[in-house]
Amino acid sequence: MTIETHAGPRDVIDSPEETAQLERTWHSPGGFIGWFTHVNQRMIGKRFIITAFIFFLLAGILGIVIRLQLAAPEQQLIGPELYNQFFTMHGTVMMFFFAIPVMEGFAIYFVPLMIGTRDMAFPRLNAFGYYVYLIGGIVLFGSLLLSMAPNAGWFNYVPLSGKLYSPGYGVDVWTTMITFIEVSALTAAVELIVTTLRMRAPGMSLNRMPLFVWAALVMSFMIVFAMPAVIVSSTLLILDRLMDTQFFVVAGGGEPLLWQHLFWYFGHPEVYIILVPALGMISTIIITFTRRPIYGYTALVLSVVAIGFVSFGLWVHHMFTTGLPQLGMSFFTAASATIAIPSGVQIFCWIASLWGAKIRFHTPMLWVLGFFAIFVIGGLTGVMVASIPFDTQVHDTFFLVAHFHYVLIGGAVFPLIGATYYWWPKITGRMMSEAAGKWSFWLAFIGFNVTFFPMHQLGLEGMPRRIYTYATEMGWGDLNLLATIGALVLATGFGVTLINAIWSLFRGQQAEPNPWGAPTLEWATDSPPAFYNFRHIPVVASRWPLWDWERDGERAVVTGLRNDRREVVLTSVLDAKPVGVQVLPAPTIWPFVSAVAASIGFVGIIFHPIFFVIAFFLVFFSLVAWFWPRRPWRED
Amino acid sequence: MTSRKHDRTTLLIGATTPLLAACEGPQSALDPAGSAAELIARLWWPTLFVAVLVTLLVLALLAVAIFRAHKRNAALPLSARQSRNLVIAGGIILPLAATIPFALSSFSIGRTIDAPLPDNAMTVEVIGKLWWWEVHYLDEAGDRIATTANEIHIPVGEPVRFLLKSDNVIHSFWVPNLQGKTDMIPGRTNVTSMTANEPGVYRGQCAEYCGTQHALMAFLLVAEEPEAFDDWLAGQRQPAAAPETDAQARGHDVFLDAGCAACHTIRGTPANGEIGPDLTHIASRRTLAGATVPNRTGHLGGWITDPQHVKPGNKMPPSELTPEELKTLLGYLESLE
Repeated sequence: MTIETHAGPRDVIDSPEETAQLERTWHSPGGFIGWFTHVNQRMIGKRFIITAFIFFLLAGILGIVIRLQLAAPEQQLIGPELYNQFFTMHGTVMMFFFAIPVMEGFAIYFVPLMIGTRDMAFPRLNAFGYYVYLIGGIVLFGSLLLSMAPNAGWFNYVPLSGKLYSPGYGVDVWTTMITFIEVSALTAAVELIVTTLRMRAPGMSLNRMPLFVWAALVMSFMIVFAMPAVIVSSTLLILDRLMDTQFFVVAGGGEPLLWQHLFWYFGHPEVYIILVPALGMISTIIITFTRRPIYGYTALVLSVVAIGFVSFGLWVHHMFTTGLPQLGMSFFTAASATIAIPSGVQIFCWIASLWGAKIRFHTPMLWVLGFFAIFVIGGLTGVMVASIPFDTQVHDTFFLVAHFHYVLIGGAVFPLIGATYYWWPKITGRMMSEAAGKWSFWLAFIGFNVTFFPMHQLGLEGMPRRIYTYATEMGWGDLNLLATIGALVLATGFGVTLINAIWSLFRGQQAEPNPWGAPTLEWATDSPPAFYNFRHIPVVASRWPLWDWERDGERAVVTGLRNDRREVVLTSVLDAKPVGVQVLPAPTIWPFVSAVAASIGFVGIIFHPIFFVIAFFLVFFSLVAWFWPRRPWRED
Repeated sequence: MTSRKHDRTTLLIGATTPLLAACEGPQSALDPAGSAAELIARLWWPTLFVAVLVTLLVLALLAVAIFRAHKRNAALPLSARQSRNLVIAGGIILPLAATIPFALSSFSIGRTIDAPLPDNAMTVEVIGKLWWWEVHYLDEAGDRIATTANEIHIPVGEPVRFLLKSDNVIHSFWVPNLQGKTDMIPGRTNVTSMTANEPGVYRGQCAEYCGTQHALMAFLLVAEEPEAFDDWLAGQRQPAAAPETDAQARGHDVFLDAGCAACHTIRGTPANGEIGPDLTHIASRRTLAGATVPNRTGHLGGWITDPQHVKPGNKMPPSELTPEELKTLLGYLESLE
């Protein structure tokens, strides 16, 4: 392995024969069976993104039905049973099956491209994580079609979710599928951490890493520390439900508040797990559309890291009404208010970066500007609910519904849609329509505010969450009708983007390798990239490699990697000095088989404990096949 | 003499007051009538003012930032030093200046609201049920002296202690006009207190999702002058009035024979079921079914014959009664003042 410098913007050193061999080596096989053997990170990342957006669509439809039911007082559209299933599914799917997987999907797709490598550290684990996610999502939505959907809320509080008050399979499905999906999140997190720390292009020291990669790294560490809490709590609950243990059963000495502590110890970081990658997307888009280095790179990185840390000390602010001691809860008020500082630093670093820049107002930039307006309001209501006395009035009311939709849609979904417009040409090789993108943004922005702003008022006027009906005399009808109209406009806005995306696949303008003039490595290769991502692994000397190459007219690349097997460069953690070469595995069916085997256990145990034993052996055999030694060094 | 200001649950209390301005209502945190709710509302308005100010400031800065070089040929960036000052002022000083006073006043209000009541304060025990509220009045020794459901009376101007319990799932006890909510958690007894400063009928509603009929789990809180309250409590302490007419006596028998007594108690009669609400003074209540419908003959009859129509999924089974039986039963129940 050597590093060579050569002139010209493109990295063509190899002969066409060598490139063809590289193509064969990294090729993902076609055909139906072939589809289940893919391990290339871009294939898996794309599947995560598409699957997550399908769940977004389905959960969004549930949200619209909820809004229609609440549009007028004493409506009879759906009864309490269906309503309770719908809001449970809406929350569960949005949080577990859309928000986290879509962020993981973008990270899986773009982190290796942004750090200049050809795949992730454990490609087969990556594939396993995807199938686990897919199967979990299908089972959960299948339960809705079979009328055995969970109905105890996305937070699934005991004792309501215990066997006594939720007989039937609904909560069993919820509990096992949540455990299952967390496994998927953990595989992606481990994968992203190792890839980011050990596979960066030579020269990309930590302080040259793109801000989105930093955000994905922080997100991954947060997943590693947060998810085990919910895995533990849902496992304890499934034991209570299936094996008659008494962890949460008061009569047996159990403790309902234990669930709340475990759930929110996960649940609060979860919100930031969704938010943090979105912050990375915002920085990325701002850099490209102002076409200059961002102000406060170090401050932005430290803020994201600080948000990651502090988010683990906030969980009790979800429990201010449970009667815990005031003094103890006060610490969580202070910690919650503290979040305002790293958030404020981020916002003002971006404002400083935008100040007086020649901004190109393309669609991705519009979604980011929309983020500012919405997120500031969501952040401020977040500080308000950190106050214990104020929270006792608005907790579990529509004020909270308004608050977290401002934070999650404004803070995460708006940047996400912006990032989708931004990276779409890289993923598909086509540009989406700018005109449709702008229409989509304005409809969504107006629709969003019309939907959720009135909910602040509704909450203060005493309207609790999770109610399927309300009396005319309560006077909540007008604002609810307004919110429902807003929801339809918001859905139309997102719908325009969906149509725009599909339209662009057939009619969209062909995309250049770097249509926006961006500075990061994912734009240094074709749109869409070849299976091997980069013909030669690039070498970087600053935070903005593509701008350097444009200025200098020359670039350095790594040569000497073999074309006949999947080789990537390993580099040191801090300075990204090349230290070795890793040989990655070729396509294989075993991750899929293992995921199916594990699913048999997770789904089967709802019906009979014997499935645990069956799945144990099935998983054992599939893992043996998966881990059958490859010993690539013997070929050397 | 009861102020009409808070008498707004039109359907539920049979009044005809039209709905007033949007942010006022029988269940609104913005229309406080109790000490705690007043303190919280006093925290809310300045907070809202600061929040609006901060939002406008940030958005104005953003607007200046993005339009500054809009019509020019070259960018007009800040110097590194100006950028640093902007980030320190906006990202550190502004959040600290906004949150520290807010957090401190929030601590102080929290302590005031949470201060323990004197030992001799009146104590009401409220138990969250699926999906209604069981209410016991306790004497100073902590013994139950009167039992009712879904309607709580308190004297104006006196602090009242509430012991909050549940023997099933988690509920949350909330009367926004008077006080923030406190959860009712199985295996625990939470304590909250309220002081009503103005007489009125306020509405409370369960604020923790508790299953099928979470939406229709409400109650009325009647704050009245101390003399009126004393009269009311004295009445509630009495056992049920004996039937006065033959029709009422037949209704009493229907109650015992049709199975009602398996779930309901009428003190002073053999009916001592403990699953459903105590009906000893049902005729004195303003509403039925957890403040879902007003307590009028038609609604009571509909509730007895087809409770699932009124409140789908609730735990009360339908009763198969002849029209004559229903009529005498209603006559009896309506005599239980």
